[in-house]
This record gives sequence, structure tokens and C-alpha cells, in this order.
Amino acid sequence: MKKLPKWNEMEEGFITRILSESINKTGTWRTFKPIIDQSRCTKCGWCIVYCPEPCIYYESKKDSKILIDYDFCKGCGICAEECPVKCINMVLEE
Amino acid sequence: MPFKSINDIIVKQDFFSPGHGLCAGCGAAQIARIVMKVVGKDSIIINSTGCLEVSTTTYPWTAWKVPYIHVAFENAAAVASGIRSAYDALIMKKKLNKDVNVVVLAGDGGTADIGLQALSGAFERGDRITYICYDNEAYMNTGIQRSGATPYGAWTTTSPSGQRTFKKDLMGIAIAHRVKYAATASIAYLLDAANKVEKAISMNGPSFIHWLQPCTIGWRFDPKLTVKLSRLAVKTGLWPLYEYYDGAVKLTVQVPKRAPVLEYLKLQGRFRHIINNKNELVKIQSYADELAAKFGLGPVSE
Repeated sequence: MKKLPKWNEMEEGFITRILSESINKTGTWRTFKPIIDQSRCTKCGWCIVYCPEPCIYYESKKDSKILIDYDFCKGCGICAEECPVKCINMVLEE
Repeated sequence: MPFKSINDIIVKQDFFSPGHGLCAGCGAAQIARIVMKVVGKDSIIINSTGCLEVSTTTYPWTAWKVPYIHVAFENAAAVASGIRSAYDALIMKKKLNKDVNVVVLAGDGGTADIGLQALSGAFERGDRITYICYDNEAYMNTGIQRSGATPYGAWTTTSPSGQRTFKKDLMGIAIAHRVKYAATASIAYLLDAANKVEKAISMNGPSFIHWLQPCTIGWRFDPKLTVKLSRLAVKTGLWPLYEYYDGAVKLTVQVPKRAPVLEYLKLQGRFRHIINNKNELVKIQSYADELAAKFGLGPVSE
């Protein structure tokens, strides 16, 4: 009888290793674009934790400038709604 | 280590990558993101069919940076039990020396309705798994059909004049199985939620988290209101945040002054047909009062 393969000898099944961030740029879905008013931003970080994408991040470390990755931002507006100092404006995409 | 400030959450690495296909403002994305930040690299995600599965794993890409397995609606908990047993066996045979977190992410349909018997089995056997139910209160992925978790009065395509029954008490079911840990969570209270997930994965037995997830399409609201609605659900007393551990139920977020349920309902299109109907509103308010009395929330203030 032919010897059956062990679990570690089996061929890989349907496994994909391509990350969505490398090909699926969802920024094209956006109607309104969030713009951070950097002069009023207190860098509290609530927009970062509430972003469902996630596409908002500190530039380098904590308390550095907060940036938005427009390649992925879908323009939901949660950041603008939840910002404690209301320094994020949603402007119509052109 | 418990999370003390939101910065503790921010510094954790993301294992859920951007570019997934979930709707703008989807709460499930936020839940997946926070769960992945807390459970970390050494985890296996088991995901039953649902919104989260179809939109994060569209071939050929995936939004998950950890091992991920998609299973059918009904057997997410059973597959998790199997993976846990396999890992336990490999560790016992000393072929692996690292433990993993086995985490199930399933929707309310896959938990409250279709997956309930597999879940009950996993709870009863005492398998060391963490089961997280993201509850968007209907079958959103297939087109907003009612599920067992749909609240009273809500419109869905299969309850066009409003759901006639109240929401199934999933936490009650979990507690009746005497699980090690069970908790409710909300997107608006992320510190509380992250601590609950951390506690759940550290248990030596089954743990369950029931997480309310506002759905922009099914609940009919503006995407920017996702977090606000989650907060209002807690503030009105319709979604009390509590945990069950060691035989005792403890409230984790106290609401000293509850908001009237109308504030929560009027923002959602699925309740549009009842916001002028006094009788229906009284019914929902008395349901919220009942929950508040049960968990010790404060009185309603106009």
C-alpha cells in the first residue's frame, strides 16, 4: 500500500500571503476627505484608536505630528466626529 | 499588563492591515483591529462566515497578518476546539514550545442562531478558546435579514414592520454554561474593551465576549456616527457593559444618568417607523429600565 503523507509533508492548501495593504488601495472610495488642522491638533490620539481602517498614525513617535494615509482612508468621518477639539474637517474630494 | 491609557493601545503593533473591503465606518473593522492589537502575533484567528470574512479575505489578498482560517457558520467553535487540541498535543509531545491564543471572531448569526450548538459544546467541554461575537443585530452580509439578536422594533428585510421579539440573551447563555469569563464590550469604550480581551485570552478555559457593532448599511445611519451610536447604546442602558468572572457579575462602566432610548433610536433609519409611536417607545424604554435595574445603572434623565 502506498504510504500516506504525514501532516508536515502535505502540500499547502489554499493559503495566500499577499496583504491587502499592498494591492487594495481603498482611498478611491472616498467622497469626503479628512484634513487635520495641525495648528489646533493636541495629538491626543483618539482619531488613531477610533480609525477602523487603520490609516491614521503618528509620524514617528508619540506626540509627533498625526498623519492620515490617503491611499486607504475611506472617508467615513469617524475621526472628525470623535475629535475632542474638532480640528479635523471633512472637505469634498475633487 | 492592563491597558491604562489609549497610548498603551496605540503603541501595540497592528496585525490587521488597511485596504480591507469593509464599508467606510464599519464597526467590525474596529473590533478586529483592537482584538488583533491585544492578542498579538502568536494567535490563530478562526472566522465564521460573515461580513468580516467576505470582505477581509477576497482572493488573492488577505487583511490578516496572522494565521487565519475561514469556516462555515455553524462550526467556528468546533474548529477552534480542534485547533486547541492539536496545539495542546504538539506542545505535550514537545514538537512546539510556544503557546498560541485561539480566537474566534463570529457574527451574531454565527453565534446566536446557527453556531449555537457548536459554541455550547465548546463551552461545556471547557476548551481553552476565546470566542468573540461581533453583534450587528441581523444577517448584514446576506442582505439584512433578521437574526435572533435583532432588537425589538428594528426593521430588517424579513421583519419589514419591525421585529416582534426582544434580543436573545447571549451573555445569559454563556453564563449558564459557567464559562471562565464572559463580558460585553463596546467600540466607544476601547480601554474597557481591550482590557476585557486581554483578560479573556489569559483564562484557563472558555471565554466569551459579546461586542456590539453598529452597521452603517443595516442600521441605516451616517458612517461617521458609528462610535457615537455605540456610546449611546451604553448611555441609554440598552447595552450595559459588564463582565462575569468567578461566579459574579460586575458592572465595568457605570452610567449615573441614563439617556432616554429615543436619543439612540432616532439616529437610526431602522427604527424610523416607531419613533413617533408612543406604545413601541414605552416598550423599548421599559426593556432598558429592566436591564438598568438588573445591572444597577442610574435613572433616566431628560
